[in-house]
Amino acid sequence: MSDIKIKITDREGISHEVDAPTDMNMNLMEVVRAYELAPEGTIGICGGMAMCASCQCYVQSNHHLPEKSDDEEAMLSEAFNLKENSRLGCQLNISDVMDGLEVELAPAE
Amino acid sequence: MIQTDILIIGAGPTGLFAVFEAGLLKLKCHLIDALPQPGGQCTELYPKKPIYDIPGFPEVLAGSLVDNLMEQIKPFQPGFTLGERAETIEKLEDGTFVVTTSKGTKHQAPIVAIAGGLGSFEPRKPQLENIAAYEDNGVAYMIKDPEVYRDKKVVIAGGGDSALDWSIFLSDVASEVTLVHRRNEFRGALDSVEKVQHLKDLGKIKLITPGEIVGLQGIDTLESVIIRKSTDAAENIMLETDYFIPLFGLSPKLGPIGDWGLEIEKNAIKVDNTLDYQTNIPGIYAIGDVNTYPGKLKLILCGFHEATLMCQSAYQRIFPDKKYVMKYTTVGGVTGFDGTKKEAPKAVVKAIN
Repeated sequence: MSDIKIKITDREGISHEVDAPTDMNMNLMEVVRAYELAPEGTIGICGGMAMCASCQCYVQSNHHLPEKSDDEEAMLSEAFNLKENSRLGCQLNISDVMDGLEVELAPAE
Repeated sequence: MIQTDILIIGAGPTGLFAVFEAGLLKLKCHLIDALPQPGGQCTELYPKKPIYDIPGFPEVLAGSLVDNLMEQIKPFQPGFTLGERAETIEKLEDGTFVVTTSKGTKHQAPIVAIAGGLGSFEPRKPQLENIAAYEDNGVAYMIKDPEVYRDKKVVIAGGGDSALDWSIFLSDVASEVTLVHRRNEFRGALDSVEKVQHLKDLGKIKLITPGEIVGLQGIDTLESVIIRKSTDAAENIMLETDYFIPLFGLSPKLGPIGDWGLEIEKNAIKVDNTLDYQTNIPGIYAIGDVNTYPGKLKLILCGFHEATLMCQSAYQRIFPDKKYVMKYTTVGGVTGFDGTKKEAPKAVVKAIN
């Protein structure tokens, strides 16, 4: 088992440093849910299909993350509170390149 | 007043399967759903996506699963109130419940089963501070009667199928249609995208991409919108319009059910999972994604199980004096309320000489 560290700022502005496993096929949205950093029903509504924007987050560190897929681009183009550094947490699979990542959850819609 | 044995709120897979299990017990069901078609999330969000964990189906498309469920419950003649949201519940002196929808349709039943998933699907509203003031005064989140827009100026925002399709449709009705989207790419049926391109070339649809509505103006009613073209506010443009229709899809909200006096935890309804998925109000059950209990999993297959146990408990509530023995469908067959009967073929007994 291998873990990386991720710093997640929740919607109340409180920052949490959490361990995220790279070997459990998890994505960032699921990590947020596993640590209950946002109330159930307000994040990951579509279950991780890039079909809602409830897991939108702002990437604050300079990590090279995988490119956005067409699905993610399309969903973000209709998301509210969009910023240059917006990503959908459900499309970011936890991997070694994300060690030390810092993200902030976008406000709930 | 619509009367039934089990009133099911939510016509997703769990609600639909409850009709089957109730039917085996000769209980009639009626379903209410805010969406105009049955299937819940499966048809609204991801009809073309495959599901791999329905027992006995190595792979099934969400839309096909709903079609199959509709076929499976057909003999039990469920009633449907679609396109209406369940708003209020009232308990009568005889212990039955009356549920009234957003359109005032009343339903009465001794048992209410909430199979509401994540809640009812509501239009996603752009976060503009004064938008509420213009609702029904120039701002609409869905198009009910296209004639309202005849010879009017309309601004549509969004990048999906509904934004494309309504832009196409209204280009023949409205005096001016402007489609605003945050980027040049649209995600919709290829046919619709090409049609919008064609109408744009003909000058029948004005396309503003990338663009985003950032402000609404008007005294009493909407008169114009402010469109942001880039990060430079100096490039903002003002566009006169009679209507602004943001079409950003739907998102589920628990809604009025949250005010029915039910115990809510984590945006879901607490139920007794040791027995029958009943809520804190006897006679009201919650099944599928809408409920919560220790170890809850939001899976369709779990919803099916919960629906089945709920029906057994509902039967006992309706007929407290009757003894019921569960019968396998293979043994008892399926006798529909419509007179149809399905049963296993009888074995042939014949001597071999």
